[in-house]
Amino acid sequence: MSLPPFEHVVLDHSRVVLRVCRALLPPDDAQDAAAEAFLSALRAYPRLRPDSDVRAWLVTIAHRKALDVLRSRARAAVPVAEVPDRGTGPHDPLPDTDLWDVVRALPEKQREAVAFRYLADLPYAEVATLMGTSEAAARRNAADAVKTLRRRYRVPAEPRAIGGPATQREGR
Amino acid sequence: MMTERDDAMETPFRRTVAGARGEQDDAELDALDRLRAAIARRAEEEDLLDVAYRDLDSPLGRLLLAATPVGLVRVAFPVEDPDAVLETLAGQVSPRVLYAPARLDRVARELEEYFVGRRHAFDVPVDLQLAHGFRRAVLERLVEVPYAGTVSYGELAARVGNPRAVRAVGTACALNPVPLVVPCHRVVRSDGTPGAYRGGPDAKRRLLALEAAR
Repeated sequence: MSLPPFEHVVLDHSRVVLRVCRALLPPDDAQDAAAEAFLSALRAYPRLRPDSDVRAWLVTIAHRKALDVLRSRARAAVPVAEVPDRGTGPHDPLPDTDLWDVVRALPEKQREAVAFRYLADLPYAEVATLMGTSEAAARRNAADAVKTLRRRYRVPAEPRAIGGPATQREGR
Repeated sequence: MMTERDDAMETPFRRTVAGARGEQDDAELDALDRLRAAIARRAEEEDLLDVAYRDLDSPLGRLLLAATPVGLVRVAFPVEDPDAVLETLAGQVSPRVLYAPARLDRVARELEEYFVGRRHAFDVPVDLQLAHGFRRAVLERLVEVPYAGTVSYGELAARVGNPRAVRAVGTACALNPVPLVVPCHRVVRSDGTPGAYRGGPDAKRRLLALEAAR
């Protein structure tokens, strides 16, 4: 079994990688981080074992790139500071707020849990490894995040889920 | 930008992005197209683009063109499954294969000129790494057959120095990785009929007619 052409990796996984980056970073930085992640992956690709979980591998690299960007620009708090709590009560939706902003406004651990579990659709075991935490903690973070998202974001009349799994699974 | 998007809709090589179009908003699709272009551009800049490919519409249908940093390594006809061609390239050359039209602009332009009869010789570097030994020797002699000329399988075998290897010459032509540019369509049967061709016998007849009509 040999590795597929890298173009097929890009086609199959660019959406997930870009969405994970967008959950962790502002839009322009997300685009750059996603490109950086794919370049790093391309560099290492010939040595990848053909039976590897390519999506988990790419998400791991994307996460690392996102952390690099956040560290180098030292502005992890910026997107968080701008968005939530502008006089809305806990049950008021924010229909005019982009869902991405609400996701980025989550506390770091919750944001990562959402990105890895719901945007990248990885199992909790993988999510926990990526977050450097226990599986139970990863589940808790994801559940807390979904609670917060429900409170702060109401899906518009025209459904526009950012990730298929997220909307279907948050009821659990 | 518009043409790139139109291209994205047309091209089977972008099937996954296009196929998911219905469930994505345009902004995300634009972002994905930009990301894809950025990856290809940076891969070329950082010497990570081992195989670049693109497609090209031609009178013979949609061709797939692929090049290494050395030169043109593969020309595939519509009768070949593009995914299978790319997978073979990934296995035999390098898995670092990306849709990156820029590297193939020149050969695409020359092929377009060829198909309208304005070009009689190709001036692009060719990478024959997919052909070995005798097959490669055949292809190296084949480039000497001029536009509108023909040679029989037996004559070509003699030119390579092995007049009895007629069948092996046929195999070398049938497996030519860079048809059109290395003109295996100019190799015909000794009775003058066209014979077999990787792009199909009809494609071979059309190419011979095109060249005879100059």
